[in-house]
Amino acid sequence: MSISSSMSADGKTLTIAVDGRFDASSLDEFRSCYEGAVCESPISFNVDLRKAEYLDSSALGMLLVLRDYAGGESATITISHCSPEVKKIFAISSFEKLFTIQ
Amino acid sequence: MSKVSYRPSKILIADDSPADRLILQSMLQRLGYVVVLAEDGVQAVEKFLSEKPEFVFLDVIMPNMDGVETAIQIKEKAGDDFIPVIYLTSLADAPSLARCLSAGGDDFLSKPYNPIVIEAKIKAFSRMREMNQTLALQKNLIEKNNRHLIQEQNVAKQVFDKIAHAGSLKLPIIRYYMSALAVFNGDVLLADVSPTGSLMVLLGDFTGHGLPAAIGSMPLASIFYGMVNKGFGMSEILREINNRLNQTLPMGLFCCATCFDISFRKQRVLVWSGGLPDSAIYRGATRTFERITSKNLPLAILANRDFKAEPVRFELSAGDHILLWSDGIQEARDRQGKMFGEQRLTSILERGLEASAVFDDIIGEVQAHIGEGERDDDVSLVDITFPDAELGAQMEKKGSKGRGCLQDWSLNFRLESSSLRVFDPMPLLLHITSEVPGLRQSNSLLFTVLSELFNNAVEHGVLGLQSSIKQSAAGFSEYYRLRKEGLENLPLGSWVMLEFEHGVKHNGGLLTIRVRDSGDGFHPTNKTTSGDTQHVYHGRGLTLLRTMCESLVITPPGNCVEAQFRWLHEE
Repeated sequence: MSISSSMSADGKTLTIAVDGRFDASSLDEFRSCYEGAVCESPISFNVDLRKAEYLDSSALGMLLVLRDYAGGESATITISHCSPEVKKIFAISSFEKLFTIQ
Repeated sequence: MSKVSYRPSKILIADDSPADRLILQSMLQRLGYVVVLAEDGVQAVEKFLSEKPEFVFLDVIMPNMDGVETAIQIKEKAGDDFIPVIYLTSLADAPSLARCLSAGGDDFLSKPYNPIVIEAKIKAFSRMREMNQTLALQKNLIEKNNRHLIQEQNVAKQVFDKIAHAGSLKLPIIRYYMSALAVFNGDVLLADVSPTGSLMVLLGDFTGHGLPAAIGSMPLASIFYGMVNKGFGMSEILREINNRLNQTLPMGLFCCATCFDISFRKQRVLVWSGGLPDSAIYRGATRTFERITSKNLPLAILANRDFKAEPVRFELSAGDHILLWSDGIQEARDRQGKMFGEQRLTSILERGLEASAVFDDIIGEVQAHIGEGERDDDVSLVDITFPDAELGAQMEKKGSKGRGCLQDWSLNFRLESSSLRVFDPMPLLLHITSEVPGLRQSNSLLFTVLSELFNNAVEHGVLGLQSSIKQSAAGFSEYYRLRKEGLENLPLGSWVMLEFEHGVKHNGGLLTIRVRDSGDGFHPTNKTTSGDTQHVYHGRGLTLLRTMCESLVITPPGNCVEAQFRWLHEE
């Protein structure tokens, strides 16, 4: 499990990539990715779950906290490369209303 | 080339005339050579053996043994070592000189002697001797390396054959022909029956042939057999093979492959094909062929994130056949370099023959086409018969026998305080459930279920944390800070017990998970996803559990939760 982040060249999109397991065990790592980012506001976020195999409800909470940090209603957050299983979890929790799920 | 540094250290002169001997001897000594003298041919050979001179001057006409005979003997005794032999002669007629040279001498020197000519000849022949020695050394080295290489290849081949042909190629429904261009075959054919009873077949053709191609087939074969034996599905196996080959093979080396997953019970085949020529399904009822065209890039080319292992499905019935081949068939060349070609192959397929006759005709005609021509690729042809129900059932049994996979089982796993503080049971538990063939495919869902159940027990049961703390983003962080703190200071006597019961069911299985804890119980919150989802950071776990599990029973006072997780084989 590891989480890494990178800023786009124009400084407007922060991509956070999750590898392996996405749950409370990676809480601090996940948070420090965006809290540490010096950014021009407003920016958008992309959570890349291409390599995320496992996910539970604590990850859902972490995504909501990120949304809150990014401005709540006005936040632009994309969750990309979700596996069918992960999409199912997001669907159960109606996350497609809050995030752009790809 | 290096400059001529080589000088003979010792020179033999054989001449029966003392005066001539002396003249040449003094000349050579003045030039700085050590000189050994002989008075006739017999003595010359003796001195050659005892003194080991590196250069020989021989008078042609000598008592006891003449120069020509002496030259023959000296050359013979020198073996591979090149010892220049120069005749000393006052003969002037060309035929005599020619006879001398053809008998084994290297050159001649006419009397009277000229020191400049002598020095020049010695130098010239020294260069020749030096080249000869280099050549001999290199020849020895090449011979040694070659012996070594062949020995290494033979050992490697034994390993290769064990790995590449470990599976079920001997099944009565598989017939194959593979010609090897080299010790190692660039084509690799793998087949084995999985614990779920499916026959998995993979025909691969690595770029190139011989050793470089065989190196790639080692990981290919070991991953294939390892994963088939553990009940992985075809997509997972292909993804893993692609990933490994992509990471390990050098650029430009890749593997064209076609993979079949044949289910006797479901009477269907799943096909994935990348880069190999079409394969074909032979319909026994009509004696016609349906072509299966490759739609993917070969293995090893794409990084795994871009790799698609989506198979195509075909229905099968008894008497159908699957025929697959490598491009060595179409590309087989005759003596003029003309290829066997797609058309010839198609015409055989369209003859409306029995399946076995099709196989024989293809091999027969390809071989006749090649004739005495050079083979320039490996030729492989495989025929798999889809058996009737009875034989199919026998085939299926080959898979489940002695493979040591989990079927029906139960497990009680209790974590005490000291473990709860530090131990994360998820990897271990998923490792165990992965031993059930087919359940592994549901690992991702199962993780969510197990994680929710276990964390509920730890957080609400053992630690007594209230979900309502997670009312705000700050509360969310606070909740997990409290969780961490609570675990670090967990008093003795707390525990979480995980009980598993698994039973194989039709087309899958049912896993019952019961989680108890030492806590006072918890009240499942009523705040499961309501309309106001934006500001609630909790309450999703139970909803997830309810959706993913067939049933979820929380026994009051809430410190025992039982979930039933049903899974189906991948299709």
